[in-house]
Amino acid sequence: MISLYLAQRTWLHGVPAGWKLLALALLSLIAAPLDSLPVMAGLLAAVLLLYASLGKAALAQIALLRPLWPLFAILLAFHWWNGDVAAGLVVLARILAMVLLANAVTMTTRMDAMMDAVEPLLAPLAWFGGSPRAVALAVAMMIRFVPLLFALWEALNESWRARTGKRGGWRLLAPFCIQTLRLSHHTAEALAARGGAPRGTRR
Amino acid sequence: MKDRNLVQVALYAAIFAVLGLLPRFDLPFAAGVPITAQSMGAMLAGVMLGAWRGALAMVLLLFVVALGAPLLAGGRGGLGVFFTPSVGFIFGWIAVAFVAGWLMQALRKAPVFPAALISAVIGGIVVMYAFGIAGLALVGGLSVMDATKACLIFIPGDAIKAVLVALIAQTVARGLPEALLSRNA
Repeated sequence: MISLYLAQRTWLHGVPAGWKLLALALLSLIAAPLDSLPVMAGLLAAVLLLYASLGKAALAQIALLRPLWPLFAILLAFHWWNGDVAAGLVVLARILAMVLLANAVTMTTRMDAMMDAVEPLLAPLAWFGGSPRAVALAVAMMIRFVPLLFALWEALNESWRARTGKRGGWRLLAPFCIQTLRLSHHTAEALAARGGAPRGTRR
Repeated sequence: MKDRNLVQVALYAAIFAVLGLLPRFDLPFAAGVPITAQSMGAMLAGVMLGAWRGALAMVLLLFVVALGAPLLAGGRGGLGVFFTPSVGFIFGWIAVAFVAGWLMQALRKAPVFPAALISAVIGGIVVMYAFGIAGLALVGGLSVMDATKACLIFIPGDAIKAVLVALIAQTVARGLPEALLSRNA
């Protein structure tokens, strides 16, 4: 699976995940109500400096923003239409800065480190008879399902193409759903045969 | 039974991800407007699994995305997506699945196709746009009216998706009736 994680270690990799998440949360709370263009431009510049300090691979990740450009253009157009381009620029600078900052956390934190950092937050689940370990299991299962479902879709697509010479597209969705549901029944049985999903301490 | 619920929640979260990673479907009269199959995943989760399991599937998906998996359309993911102007739609998926699932359960006695269509339209269009427009207005600093205008071009695509979801639900009801959990729970 393609990952947003930067394999090359940077100084930000060394900062514990919990601190990075906390800093991101605090900054987003502080930045939300601010409406001054110089402050927002400053924030954006600081975030870009942060990227520069992380090296070339990090700067290349800024390209991830490309799908957002049309949306930015629409936003700016609406603000321009309302005669307040400055407000539009503030909004854009804030969105850009926060998206890049959040992405910087994702880039420099492994998924398992992130999971460990949020696990204490899942502890209250035990009060309702749930289990943080069941959450971890669901996450793992879901990630494993993705390539499996891909292969299933490809197989359906191949057989459709063999019969018609065209791509199956949406016509494959119904058989796809039925086959995936079969798959999930097998998985559930296999899980039950191995003792079932982890339960809360309360029985 | 609990194992099966957990597996099915994970399955629908994964289906949602796969829908976003597939090359775009060619929807006939929506050419030019970028349409991903992804929001269909939220309607599907609700219609197939019912309210609570459907909503949990979406919560699981967002959780994994937040952990850093690039599972949203176009390989987007990570914490960054929660700061974009489309964040309203992203959190809206939870409500979409819940409302669509709840309606599907409430319409248990009705034939599958109309029941699924009503659930998908109310959940996947009315509820989703309520959240999406609110998000765009808040994050983008637009008035609600302007945010609504900016979203309108996507509604035809979502209407097609709602019909597709209803067709899928009907096919599944014929081919593997016990899989339509919203009906037999």
